[in-house]
Amino acid sequence: MELAANVPGFLDVIRQPWHWAFSGAMIALVLFLLTWMGRSFGVSTTFKGACSVAGAGRVSDFFKMDIKNEYWRFAFAIGGLLGGVIAANFLSSPEPVAISEATVQGLSELGVQYPQADAKGYGFVPTSIFNFESAKGVLLAVLGGFLVGFGARYGDGCTSGHAISGLSHLQLPSLITVIGFFIGGLFMTHLLLPLLLG
Amino acid sequence: MKNISFLAVGVFFGIVMTKSEAISWFRIHEMFRFESFHMYGIIGTAVVLGALIIAIMKRTKMKTLRDTFVSYTPMKLSIPRHLLAGTTFGLGWALVGCCPGPMYVLLGHGYWIMAMVILGALLGTFTYGIVRSKLPH
Repeated sequence: MELAANVPGFLDVIRQPWHWAFSGAMIALVLFLLTWMGRSFGVSTTFKGACSVAGAGRVSDFFKMDIKNEYWRFAFAIGGLLGGVIAANFLSSPEPVAISEATVQGLSELGVQYPQADAKGYGFVPTSIFNFESAKGVLLAVLGGFLVGFGARYGDGCTSGHAISGLSHLQLPSLITVIGFFIGGLFMTHLLLPLLLG
Repeated sequence: MKNISFLAVGVFFGIVMTKSEAISWFRIHEMFRFESFHMYGIIGTAVVLGALIIAIMKRTKMKTLRDTFVSYTPMKLSIPRHLLAGTTFGLGWALVGCCPGPMYVLLGHGYWIMAMVILGALLGTFTYGIVRSKLPH
């Protein structure tokens, strides 16, 4: 009875944005669960799996794989999508993401007003930049996705595989890859993005 | 049937990515501008705790549910490959403000433009499969 009475209160608490330390611990819990279940944390391989399912193996041996070994990963990714649906409907924060004042200021110099830039009001995606309303809005989305997909496969892993899983296994290749993430990220944020948004 | 449990972990992951705000383009932008500790705190905590958890699992020879020991197949060290690949990924990450996990989560939030980001990621993956023999590995 008492628990039931406290459910709305509990929801109010988890609806607040989570502290970084708690968030990091929960990501470590996901890493633990997947490792304990005998798999490794890695999301970008779902793209390779999807290419394989679509028949890319006929063009390149790289996509010839035992797809049955990838079913768990598809399930995990679909779960992530469902988690988004659940979070959007039941766990939305009352306010848009509270980024720093300096970032709000810097974005306005790029012509991006915060939080108005996200039409949904969550502060998750600048729909003023990425949208179906203009060719540029679609093109930038495809271009960014292309770089992520290409880079992840070339490096054999993305943020979950290298930054979280690889570093947790103390892998030097993962550390160098993460350094690369930052070289590319800084270059895009400070030099290319102002040009692309201009 | 076993995949239901992976689906459940995925749901939890989607909620964690949302409430941590790691799916926010603006948080990623802020991180690359070094204007907040938030993302560094999240990734730092996850890696430190993750390393501790993995070390304990290895030391105690904990069996996984697939009856194996916890292990990691190391990649061959190739500095040009890791740097080039990482840099390419980073360019895309800072542009669309999300890595692969959050792409799925944001689609779940109803940001339909993420379908185009995922399409781009599939094209990028496919292109790598075609040109990989010409790249340094």
